[in-house]
Amino acid sequence: MKQAFKYAYLAFIYLFLYIPILVLVIYSFNDSRFSTNWQGFTFSWYAQLFEDGPLMEAFANSLIIAFSSSTIATILGTLSAFAFYRYRFIGRKVTYSFIYVVMMSPDIVMGISLLMFFITVGLSTGAATLLLAHITFCLPFVVVTVYARISGFDRNILDAAKDLGATERRMFRHVVLPMLMPAVIAGWLLSFTLSLDDVVVSFFTTGPSFEVLPLKIYSMVRLGIKPEINALSTVMFLMSLVTVTVSHLLIAKENR
Amino acid sequence: MEKDPIVRLRRVTKRFDDVVAVDSLDLDIYQGEFLTLLGPSGCGKTTVLRLIAGFESPDKGDIVMNGTSLIGTAPNKRNVNTVFQSYALFPHMSIFDNIAFGLKMKRFEKSVITEKVTEALSIVKLGGLEMRKPHQLSGGQQQRVAMARAIVNKPQVLLLDEPLSALDYRLRQEMELELKRIHRKLGITFVFVTHDQEEAISMSDRIAVMNEGRIEQIGTPSQIYEEPQNMFVAKFVGEINVFEGRIVEIHNGSAVVDIHGRHFKVQNRKDFANGRAVKVLLRPEDIMVTKDEELQGTAPALAGKIEEVIYKGKTVDLIISLDAGETVFVTQFFNEDQEDVVYRHGHRIHINWPYGWEVVL
Amino acid sequence: MEKKSGFRNVAVGSTLCWITLFVVIPYLIVVAYSFLTPDPSGTVSWIFTLDSYREIFSPVFLIVCKNSFALALSTTVLTLLAAYPFAFFLTRISESIRRTLILIMIIPFWTSSLIRTYALIILLKANGIVNTFLLSLGWIDEPLNLLYTQLAVFTGLVYTLLPFMILPLYASLQKLDTRLIEAARDLGATSPRIFFHIILPLTLPGIIAGSTMVFLPALGLFYIPDLLGGARSMLIGNFIKDQFLVAGNWPLGSSASVILTLLMFLLIAWYFLSSRKINQGDMREVI
Repeated sequence: MKQAFKYAYLAFIYLFLYIPILVLVIYSFNDSRFSTNWQGFTFSWYAQLFEDGPLMEAFANSLIIAFSSSTIATILGTLSAFAFYRYRFIGRKVTYSFIYVVMMSPDIVMGISLLMFFITVGLSTGAATLLLAHITFCLPFVVVTVYARISGFDRNILDAAKDLGATERRMFRHVVLPMLMPAVIAGWLLSFTLSLDDVVVSFFTTGPSFEVLPLKIYSMVRLGIKPEINALSTVMFLMSLVTVTVSHLLIAKENR
Repeated sequence: MEKDPIVRLRRVTKRFDDVVAVDSLDLDIYQGEFLTLLGPSGCGKTTVLRLIAGFESPDKGDIVMNGTSLIGTAPNKRNVNTVFQSYALFPHMSIFDNIAFGLKMKRFEKSVITEKVTEALSIVKLGGLEMRKPHQLSGGQQQRVAMARAIVNKPQVLLLDEPLSALDYRLRQEMELELKRIHRKLGITFVFVTHDQEEAISMSDRIAVMNEGRIEQIGTPSQIYEEPQNMFVAKFVGEINVFEGRIVEIHNGSAVVDIHGRHFKVQNRKDFANGRAVKVLLRPEDIMVTKDEELQGTAPALAGKIEEVIYKGKTVDLIISLDAGETVFVTQFFNEDQEDVVYRHGHRIHINWPYGWEVVL
Repeated sequence: MEKKSGFRNVAVGSTLCWITLFVVIPYLIVVAYSFLTPDPSGTVSWIFTLDSYREIFSPVFLIVCKNSFALALSTTVLTLLAAYPFAFFLTRISESIRRTLILIMIIPFWTSSLIRTYALIILLKANGIVNTFLLSLGWIDEPLNLLYTQLAVFTGLVYTLLPFMILPLYASLQKLDTRLIEAARDLGATSPRIFFHIILPLTLPGIIAGSTMVFLPALGLFYIPDLLGGARSMLIGNFIKDQFLVAGNWPLGSSASVILTLLMFLLIAWYFLSSRKINQGDMREVI
């Protein structure tokens, strides 16, 4: 009885989380523009998607931003996690707690503050400002993912590398980085997902000249439901699904 | 020793926050010797090792190697290598790459690296395992890889930080012999850190007993064991019985000590004055036990009875409670000619010891 | 020890610089703007004033505030009540399937909330699945007005934020030493007592972390009321956004942001206090 309730409750929450997404996916194949009823299977919404020039451009923009921001955030974040682990420096604790502050802070506050910053320094919003903003909110996730891995290290391993004649740089390159690789890749994938999906920060930090997919979807959805959006959302969901699964497996594997 | 020291620590102090790990320590390490730093955990022995390796820098004092100060020299620039307690093998590299790491960092040529790694592997008797990963080896094998990885760089001094502590008893004894063999073969200086006094005694040329950041006594294993300079060394190295007494007579080089009303003749190496309260220290194997019924003559002895008999195979251990109240621990070797020397719980006995086997502090 | 290598300086410096330049300075600018005077031209004039803070505590904003807080609070409570047993049961599942179940739980956490909100629209709209389903069952005669209501916004917030409650709770429940529960039972404690005296205090940091991760976005996620609530429902997030994009009152929007940030610092401080009490001050668990 107790067991049955346990499984029933778990199933209930999973269904609550997944039914809307499943409906979305199914509808993206429904051969009807308006009807709720199933009118037959079609790929036509996906085909239309690829013919929609502005949409594809926004998609390409999103991919470019996601790719470059997660790459830069991963490089910076990995170095940072290593610095937090290895070195004692002024402001270390404060900076490390800021990592958490950035992670927890409401997107809207981050978006606003970056917007004001860009206006103050005279940068007009566009691809560059968007990239800077995305790196900023991805950075903490990389730091935390990589730090979790590096803090499990035997400190003697770093001493051993030094002892055997490695400089700090070569120790990082030949010993630390290879050992961190699963976490680094996981951090990159999570950053990629975050960047690809972000609405709020992008809303404030990009300009009309550079449109990204989530904002495009946002403005389309405000005007109403279209089957193309179902198809597009399905594609984006699948991308998150793949990146998150891979990164999860990488992290789970190293923890075993 | 007539040789010049290869490493010399002069008044070295190292603090961690409020804790003084190493306290104004002087230590000379000689070319080719096997020196052990022995002490309880937290006595600063590992810190001394890390100071020599360069992972820590002293707050005060100087560390000199071959006549030049090492202060400010990075660990990767010192001609010293370390074998770590947990081995610290690089988990993502093969055994070959682990051992080759130091040579690669010094940018040796590939053919030279292969040659040197092969040689190091043969010294630690691990040929054929080059392509394995560390996690595929047993603890003893990992230990050998850690050795090979350090000695392949031909350091002048090899530092070993409790390298045997993770191994089980049998393997540890085997590795003790291995370490001695490798030490002899290479002829380089070994500085070995351990809290295990048996390990220290069986392997070292010299032992430095450490406590609270200072060296309590430094000397050969037999000096440390037979002639402890103070109570800490006496108690830390091996079992020892302590008798409180008072000097009642002084002779040339010897003295008479009153213990529980009995007068024992002892050597007076420290020239204690008459009337001084002293401690007479005796190792369990230095005490002689005589059953009351076999008592002959009037040699001074302390009376008591056997509380516990612990059969150890080669020896038998006795726990004796003296009539004066103390408990004494005695180890007796079997005398195969005298089958009748059998000890039982409750036997009345007397104990004493041959002149000169005691230590008076 | 030689540690001040060039590499060290790069590793340490890059972090310090980035955080200073793109986090600390922007926050300080927001704080500065919150004390300036709005200018009719759409920017600000450099006159120090506390007006925007006075305005924030004026009735108009307080209504927005009250509604938004009530909505965020009820979202937090409902997600907590729903997520706690879920996370608890998840820790009681055999190791082999748990791996998969956790992955399935993490995926919505990382999926775009916009897309998940959009999926909800399909379900809730007048000719959407829910209405069609209820009509076909004959439980209702005409479609219910589900979308563009306060209830839709609430559903949307609960739906998008539930994973953010589950994950920290699961992390903290997983850390819970089951021997403590066994020990308590062995000592004769009843199940409610075990829950209130042992499990709840030990998982309090997880509860606070989860609540923080739900409560703050529930105040700020402006697109959820935009898409599900029409114009009738407003969050603090919508208010802030409008001050910048519609009303052109930057100081007012800034001061609202400052208050939101202060709220976050309070919650984080509460988290650290509670986790220090049970000796596990580490926020790594939240992702």
